[in-house]
Amino acid sequence: MKKPKYTIAVTGLNAIDSPGPGIAVIRALKEAESFDVRIIGLSYESLEPGIYMHDLVDKTYQVPYPSAGQQVLFERFKYINSIENIDFLFPNFDAELFNYISIKAKFESELGIKMELPTQEQFDARHKVNLYEYGKEHGIDVPFAKMVYSTAEIPAISTEIGYPLVVKGKFYDAKIAYSVEQAQSHFNKISAQWGLPVLIQEFVHGSEVNVCGIGDGNGVTLGAVPMRKLFITDKGKAWAGVSLDDEKLLEITKDLVAATKWNGPFELEFMKTNDDQYYLIEINPRFPAWCYLTVGCGQNQAEALVNHAMKQKVKPFETYQVGKMFIRYSYDMVLDMKEFEQISTIGEL
Amino acid sequence: MKVRKNIAISDSGFLFNPTTGDSYSVNPIGQEILQLLQDEKSEEEIMEHIAKNYMIDKDTVEKDLYDFLNMLQNYQLIV
Repeated sequence: MKKPKYTIAVTGLNAIDSPGPGIAVIRALKEAESFDVRIIGLSYESLEPGIYMHDLVDKTYQVPYPSAGQQVLFERFKYINSIENIDFLFPNFDAELFNYISIKAKFESELGIKMELPTQEQFDARHKVNLYEYGKEHGIDVPFAKMVYSTAEIPAISTEIGYPLVVKGKFYDAKIAYSVEQAQSHFNKISAQWGLPVLIQEFVHGSEVNVCGIGDGNGVTLGAVPMRKLFITDKGKAWAGVSLDDEKLLEITKDLVAATKWNGPFELEFMKTNDDQYYLIEINPRFPAWCYLTVGCGQNQAEALVNHAMKQKVKPFETYQVGKMFIRYSYDMVLDMKEFEQISTIGEL
Repeated sequence: MKVRKNIAISDSGFLFNPTTGDSYSVNPIGQEILQLLQDEKSEEEIMEHIAKNYMIDKDTVEKDLYDFLNMLQNYQLIV
């Protein structure tokens, strides 16, 4: 039988030291066995490396920043789609998801572009400022956390949860504080960069384990691979990791997907304590940058998600290879200034 | 004491714990002790084996063996 060919647009081409997931998603799609693919890259900045990776990305278009709003985004897609006829879109940044979730139905009905995303309720409920309540509701251990709006609130919380504690930004960044002075200093830095509120979270001792997976929107986990980071950069990003054999973690993941009826890709971040307790510390509503490991483990989750969107029958992955490792590397591409000029001035390459 | 059943031990003495993702290297004697544990030998039998094959007195073997077993236990490699 002839394989279908899909045109798939992908954001997150910033394959830098704190990488977006775009290139990993594209590599997974290129290795899909059930369809062929033309990749349309969507970039925000002219120096996102993926723009110039022509063996992976067939054509790139600049798209407006999320702050430009949905109407501007829709108009830009109307233009791109008139040339490319996009079948499926993979948004890969947390910050752009709000717009894409809001505009999902319109994209599908007016442009014929499908997406697999969590619902607005799912997206909001798992937000780190709501995660403690979310965990309570779904029977999952989450470290106690409280939102604060001023440094004056920190001493009272610290007497409740003790030190060390974690100071977290609304969208990004987390720092460990060992004293009230340090917590207040972290608060000032994080609030200056990411705004208010800032989250003060109980510190859980243990090792971090993550799960990359996909939910079908009806409570079924279509795929899930647990991984532990083996090497972490100064930005806290995994530079190497290994897939784990962790039944309990998979069970927690499946229970969470069943309870929340999660739709689309996700990354769950847990702290595993020495007595084998798991504390959920974050839910990312998109594929992580290490999602290509799942392909190496035998679960091409990006391919499965596209097939799910295309109403193909997708059988949940039951197994994966344990002990598969990934290691990132840096690589200098040499290119002509002309290419940089073209994406910078015309917004297409 | 037994080696946890999912621990992978290669011929080169490389150990991988697939539950935690940790990996270790042991020297040939460490590897031999792990093999004996996998063969379900008792601590007494392991001590005798090492003392006999390496011509070391049993007291020294006992001290070193328990140090090694404690370490394996701390790393959750044996139960």
